[in-house]
Amino acid sequence: MLGLVSNDGVTLEDSGLGESPLAVRGLTVSYGQKPAVFSVDMTVQPGAMTAIIGPNGAGKSTLLKAALGIVNPLSGQVTVFGQPLEAQRARIAYVPQRASVDWDFPTRVIDVVLMGLSRELGLLGRVRARHKACAMDCLNRVGMRDFADRQIGQLSGGQQQRVFLARALAQGADLYLLDEPFAGVDAATEKAIIAVLKSLKEAGKTVVVVHHDLATVTDYFDHVFLINTRKVAEGPVSEAFTAETLQAAYGGRLATAQIDQISRALG
Amino acid sequence: MIWDALTLQLGYNATLVAIGATLLGVSAGVTGTFLFLRKRALVSDAISHATLPGVCLAFMVLVALGGDGRNLLGLLAGSAISAWVGLLCMNWLTRRTRLAEDAAIGAVLSVFFGFGIVLLTIIQTMGVGRQAGLEGFLLGSTAGMLWADAMIIAIGGSATLLLVLILRRPMTLVAFDPEYAAARGLPIHRIDLAMMGLVMAVTVVGLKIVGLILIVALLIIPAVTARFWSERSEHVVLLAGLAGGLAGYIGAAISASAPNLPTGPIIVLVSFAFFVLSLFCAPKRGVLAAVLRHLRFQRRVHIRQGLLALAQGQKIYEPLTLRLLRRAGLVRPDGVATDSGKARAAKALRDEKRWEIVRADQAHEATAALYDGLRDIETVLTHDQIAEIDRQIGGPQGVPV
Amino acid sequence: MSGEEFVPLSLTPLLIGTFAAIACALPGNFLVLRKQALIGDAISHVVLPGIVVAFLVTGAISTWPMMLGAAGAAIVAVVLIEAIRRLGQIEPGAAMGVVFTTMFAAGVLLLEQTDTSTVHLDVEHALYGNLESLIWLDATGWGSLLDVEALAGLPPELPRIALTLVGVSVFTWLFWRPLKISTFDEGFARTIGIRTGALGMALVITAAIAAVAAFDAVGSIIVIAMFICPPAAARMLTNRLEAQIAWSIVFATASAVSGYVLAGYGPLWLGGSDAVSAAGMIATMSGLILAAAAMFGPCRAHIGAHTST
Repeated sequence: MLGLVSNDGVTLEDSGLGESPLAVRGLTVSYGQKPAVFSVDMTVQPGAMTAIIGPNGAGKSTLLKAALGIVNPLSGQVTVFGQPLEAQRARIAYVPQRASVDWDFPTRVIDVVLMGLSRELGLLGRVRARHKACAMDCLNRVGMRDFADRQIGQLSGGQQQRVFLARALAQGADLYLLDEPFAGVDAATEKAIIAVLKSLKEAGKTVVVVHHDLATVTDYFDHVFLINTRKVAEGPVSEAFTAETLQAAYGGRLATAQIDQISRALG
Repeated sequence: MIWDALTLQLGYNATLVAIGATLLGVSAGVTGTFLFLRKRALVSDAISHATLPGVCLAFMVLVALGGDGRNLLGLLAGSAISAWVGLLCMNWLTRRTRLAEDAAIGAVLSVFFGFGIVLLTIIQTMGVGRQAGLEGFLLGSTAGMLWADAMIIAIGGSATLLLVLILRRPMTLVAFDPEYAAARGLPIHRIDLAMMGLVMAVTVVGLKIVGLILIVALLIIPAVTARFWSERSEHVVLLAGLAGGLAGYIGAAISASAPNLPTGPIIVLVSFAFFVLSLFCAPKRGVLAAVLRHLRFQRRVHIRQGLLALAQGQKIYEPLTLRLLRRAGLVRPDGVATDSGKARAAKALRDEKRWEIVRADQAHEATAALYDGLRDIETVLTHDQIAEIDRQIGGPQGVPV
Repeated sequence: MSGEEFVPLSLTPLLIGTFAAIACALPGNFLVLRKQALIGDAISHVVLPGIVVAFLVTGAISTWPMMLGAAGAAIVAVVLIEAIRRLGQIEPGAAMGVVFTTMFAAGVLLLEQTDTSTVHLDVEHALYGNLESLIWLDATGWGSLLDVEALAGLPPELPRIALTLVGVSVFTWLFWRPLKISTFDEGFARTIGIRTGALGMALVITAAIAAVAAFDAVGSIIVIAMFICPPAAARMLTNRLEAQIAWSIVFATASAVSGYVLAGYGPLWLGGSDAVSAAGMIATMSGLILAAAAMFGPCRAHIGAHTST
């Protein structure tokens, strides 16, 4: 998929992708005949919380999925901590947007979190007390300890989302990718998730979130990546999250009043 | 020989079979289309296998009443009843339990069929030779087809077609958008049942000619075939009827032209031949067309990306991009842009800038929605509009449109 | 019943039926959860052309070429279904319907075109097998289980299906974790590096091997029923995958044993004189078990109210 060495003998080091936790060069992904993401470059800053924002259908989730190898790009390169994705899988944890699993599946909350430890457990490794303790600890961090024995489908949407975050925590990754974790969840869940993400950042981890709520960007994140099929802006919130870049990303689709509101919030 | 068969010159029985198979093909194709559009094609598999216990029970009842048990009408009535029971079981499993439809289909088809086999072995012990006609229902047997049998098929097939004609609007609506149909107050569940009832009718009618295992093919393959040729549901229905009818006619003719060519399997194989032809050659949805389209599209994306990289003085890493640019005479073998490459690159970058203006401007919202990173701006805006945008950008005005 | 009668006449068919049922039910659990239950249906239909082609190639009825032919046909069918689904953008059910009916039709046609009058090869046999005839004539009682000479006379279907059951169990045990994860959440499985495509194919091939081995002994009807009914019934009883698998094994065994016994002795109890098809009866019993589970199982209802938003 991504050639480490191109025909001209240019190695990845030369292309300036460096040691960024997640770097993307010239990424184009299309569903059918319309590119969802076109020729995008992205360099995620280590130890930062980055929001990927843009209007609906702007390719936010697609960018994340292509970075994870879930969808195949038409062209482009992805590196994770300076290496090809496959070599660094163990260092990434991903929390998908909801509704991509069978909620009727016969599995309990604790089993779902234990799935995050499957690399450590290997094919036949037995689940021991310390693995259970680790899973319970992760559930505790998202405030779901009391639900460990429930069937996954019996939880509310927000609770399910927190369980999947707990699974990602169990993976013990260095880079966390979350796809719209706050979409359609209750306030308690949103608070719990953001607290966990901030603690991850304090522990030196890198967090990338596909986000749709412009009003909370300045509170939650320190970096933004604006996309509308193409990259619009990238950088610290104070520089890249401005009325101009928002106008460029959202175009006519964002009411001017809304932009004014946000610019006031930005000061 | 085959020509004689196609022109119905091979005698009485062959002619009866050909007419019956054609009618069956048409009604199966038309009915199956709604099932296919509703994404429930394999429900027909459960329905058809569920006919077996009914056939056997009807036979036993007929014998108990003193007949010889081979009355086609009676057997078909029995098969219809047990198929209907199977259908209700399947619906109950999917609606009332956590089982998905595929598991419900599989459960009903295997259990009903298994029970049918049990009954068949009971019949076998009732008296030697009497069950001979029944095994024909598994794979169809057209050898001894009578005028009365052909009439039953003809009447059953036409009645099904008539009902499809009456129900086509609600069935199409339910297949296309069940939620909308429900919001409009259509009784989805009952329309679905009616659709299944029609499928059941076709299955029962087809038992004699193709048998219960292969009738599924006649319900599914023509519909899938027709879908390649049209995006309009009413055309798909008509084309499926045509494909099914042709397959029935040609299949019956081929089967009559030589010994050891059983009618049912031949019809299915002819139908499959139409399918393969459509899969590859259909103008829009066909594989060949799609491959060509994708290659063209990939070329455009790579050339565009390459041009933008050239314009911004970035190095191009993708070998495919370089190769395409070289072949188009836009870069030299060493990767440096040619004159025409430079011009195209400048234009591409300029277009990007223009698009940026368009997409940021509410007045151009409709145009902005057309942006896909590839479209030449002059295909969506007039010269005057582009000139206006260029004034907003400022800088050198000489870049050609 | 005494061992003298039971061991030679009933022990081997019972064991073969039970092993076949369990070998199919194990992968069936995952197929049902993956909404691929009808792959089992498709596989059991295409076994016929596979066997006929093997017969045409070798010119004789011998087991291994036929099993290879059947397994090959199953793989061809799965590949074709996948190809048609992707190339034609057709929903999987319809793609399956196109492929297995066509292959079955081709099998019937080949059979008609071939002179198989001298050999025992017909569609009915393929559908409902011949479990009752798999008796162990060399046995004289329970003691024969320790008698090497008598053991050599075991019907070859028994060691074959036993071996298959071991193979299927080992596959399930070995890939338990990735199977569970990728069945539950394929996207996540891919992000942690599980090759979901290859694993899915391996599952289908395992199912195909189980189907072919079982088919050889008991016909295709049991195969479809055992892929689906015991796992589906088990699904109504529990919300834990481990427990579901265990229940499905219990149900598969119960269907096989009760079906075999009822087919053999039921008619006698009812005053009849001849046994009925054991394969059909086993399928029927599995259906009754499923019906009971669907009506009374504690976990029979949908949970997943929170689908997409």
